[in-house]
Amino acid sequence: MAQLDTRQKLEILADAAKYDASCASSGTAKRDSAGKAKGIGSTEGMGICHAYAPDGRCISLLKILLTNSCIFDCHYCINRKSSNVRRARFTAKEVVDLTLAFYRRNYIEGLFLSSGIIRSSDYTMEQLVEVARSLREDHQFRGYIHLKTIPDADPRLIEAAGRHADRLSINVELPTDPGLARLAPEKSASGIRAAMGGMKAAIEDGHDAKKRYRSAPAFAPAGQSTQMIVGADAANDSDIVRTAATLYDRYALRRVYYSAFSPIPDASAVLPLSRPPLMREHRLYQSDWLMRFYGYKPAEVAAATDDAGMLPLDIDPKLAWALKYRDAFPLDVNRAPREALLRVPGLGVKAVDAILVSRKWRRLSLADVGRLTVSIAKIRPFIVASDWRPTALIDRLDLKPRIKREQLELFAA
Amino acid sequence: MLPRPDDIDAWRDAARALAMADVAPADIVWRVEGEGGDLFGTAATPRPTPTAPAFAVPRRFVDLAQSVILHRDPERFALLYTMLCRLKDDPARIDDESDPLRRRLDLLAKEVRRDIHKMRAFVRFREVEDADGERFVAFFEPEHHIVRANAGFFLHRFATMRWSILTPELSIHWDGTTLTEAPGATRADAPGDDPVEALWKGYYASIFNPARLKVDMMVKEMPRRYWANMPETALIPGLIAGARAREIAMVEHTAPRGDGATAWEKLREEASHCTRCPLHKCATQTVFGEGPIDADLMFVGEQPGDQEDLAGKPFVGPAGQLFDRAMADAGVDRARAYVTNAVKHFKYEQRGKRRIHSKPNAGEVKACRWWIDQERRIVRPKRIILLGTTAVHSLTGKAQSLVSVRDRVLDVGDGATARATVHPSYLLRLPDREQAEVEYARFVEDLAAAARL
Repeated sequence: MAQLDTRQKLEILADAAKYDASCASSGTAKRDSAGKAKGIGSTEGMGICHAYAPDGRCISLLKILLTNSCIFDCHYCINRKSSNVRRARFTAKEVVDLTLAFYRRNYIEGLFLSSGIIRSSDYTMEQLVEVARSLREDHQFRGYIHLKTIPDADPRLIEAAGRHADRLSINVELPTDPGLARLAPEKSASGIRAAMGGMKAAIEDGHDAKKRYRSAPAFAPAGQSTQMIVGADAANDSDIVRTAATLYDRYALRRVYYSAFSPIPDASAVLPLSRPPLMREHRLYQSDWLMRFYGYKPAEVAAATDDAGMLPLDIDPKLAWALKYRDAFPLDVNRAPREALLRVPGLGVKAVDAILVSRKWRRLSLADVGRLTVSIAKIRPFIVASDWRPTALIDRLDLKPRIKREQLELFAA
Repeated sequence: MLPRPDDIDAWRDAARALAMADVAPADIVWRVEGEGGDLFGTAATPRPTPTAPAFAVPRRFVDLAQSVILHRDPERFALLYTMLCRLKDDPARIDDESDPLRRRLDLLAKEVRRDIHKMRAFVRFREVEDADGERFVAFFEPEHHIVRANAGFFLHRFATMRWSILTPELSIHWDGTTLTEAPGATRADAPGDDPVEALWKGYYASIFNPARLKVDMMVKEMPRRYWANMPETALIPGLIAGARAREIAMVEHTAPRGDGATAWEKLREEASHCTRCPLHKCATQTVFGEGPIDADLMFVGEQPGDQEDLAGKPFVGPAGQLFDRAMADAGVDRARAYVTNAVKHFKYEQRGKRRIHSKPNAGEVKACRWWIDQERRIVRPKRIILLGTTAVHSLTGKAQSLVSVRDRVLDVGDGATARATVHPSYLLRLPDREQAEVEYARFVEDLAAAARL
């Protein structure tokens, strides 16, 4: 086979990475290059999406695999051993050069590097770490680095990865253990959980050290995240939400990414081959939002699901919850506490905080609330304002179709 | 008269002086040097009378004004001044977020912040060589007067590079030590190409998953206004146009599918742990379908009964025995058919020592649909016979009476033809012997017809 050039390798190894949902570059320590003699890059609190693909997803990082060869045979994975895809492999130097070339042109915020497992977990992890090390030490790169770690790699390698990377992640892959057993028979659910636990401990140690010695090296300042595939196994939304909540609690994850299972070329016979359930994925992100920013408990999100444990696809989970618990409404915007107002469909965190501030100045009318929100139509049936009472609306049985179906886009990290 | 459209300090000085002289907002015409405006206005700024008391405004207003002043809306100065006059008497009013003027200013500030963020995201440098080595040059068209305010970001990030950002209004240059300003430029002043751009485009095209096309979402976050100066956006029409074909190719590339037997074994194993609905709690085990996984004919019953639940096999109880007899009478070989149920766990009510079958509800049928869909994907039967209303409900997604569907060919997707008939347990429950015989004969006829379909 003829030698592949950089562009061909890049296309193969980016194509192989396109199923990974995560691309966030936020939440890390602030750094910049001002006044520095060498090196390049900065990180702000917030990540920057440098482009958007026609699939609506943010392109913030150069997201590639080091190699798409793999000794594992996970059925959902395009790179599995038995797949017939074209293989390629970057050297560490090639990845470093490509990252810097893209960064200098302001195409990206940094690098998200993952890899198929070649030879052994430790060997693969060493290669990933070498890329990050070279960027940070040889080139003084101050942009964002996200490394996907290999669950059973040597803890010393994970430790080295954490010193160079902003974020580390280990994919749980599937929301249920039987699903993982069916689709990734060589991976072990307990092994993945143990690795996440180890990572949590290492991140906490890093924080402690930083508190005591300012010069202590940072360890993965943007924390750890994970991804699970939605729609490839039998898990329903209730199961997924509970799994996610457990992951947030137990391993202090920054983010759980949901990836609607896409058909992959040369797929294994074990898989459902249909269009990816994008709306379902979207609803799961919304429910994730409810738990992280709106104070909903996992059981409350589960209460918004139907008899089959699935979130409705035509309305968002917050509205679904509100329609099920109509007795909690209407809420008086001039009196209700913050946590109650956060339950009003259509009122976001910002709007609720603005309402609380404005209340000191005036009794809010419907028009006042309208100025603080995107659209008042969705909110109206659920609130009482100085000049508004929705008694006739809240009791209507056909409320659901009457409420304008606009959804907040919550995919962006 | 302000020297520059984004000059917050000049505006602040002028506004403070005017406010101290109690000049009403309606009496002021704000102008920027070099821009059109009121020809008769004078540039005179009143001197504050020595007796006028000094006043302070909240920090929050200063922050807001700093953003709003960068907006291109010519009304911005007047709006800010109106707000300033109000705050002079009552500084705390800045916190009244539902006030219409405050809201208007907030929205202007938000648009400015967004444009600043988009500039940080969408500036695309191209590398050029000059006498001193490599230099990076970009052309960008911001919507508001943000370039000067945004320079710090690029200074911090690209401190060790030499770079220039050209925009129609203003250009900024960084030589590694000092930032200089120059007049506006045109796209023609910027370099036309960069060899790395081909790599970047290759990356952009490859990282896009054609099975997830969401063009609206893309345009919302990356408005077309910015596209002209971004090399990768030229690929978008082609990527969108080819997406459906690529998605189909992704799916079809796999047919004929690999090892169905392994897939089926694994699926059955996963189903044995199913907790998709509460029925798993009381049932003994999951009763999965069985039969040749390349069968042309699939039978779908409603749910396992008492004996099936204990045996872990479908259609082994009294109804199963009747089904076997009818199959034989219809001349259909059960061994060549795949037999399964719409719901895989036994649902019952305990009456004394007996477990009496009870009908699964819509949620349970829907929850279990995942399994039957997976079975169909592996077996790919050409003909499907639905036994009873639960099976009809499961595969068509609608609760329909048997009478309304019995003599029709039903569409159940993926090219398979389906027919519905009664569930054999219905025949067992008929009290009238004569009627039972008639119904049995009709059932046999249905099986024979379905097998021929």
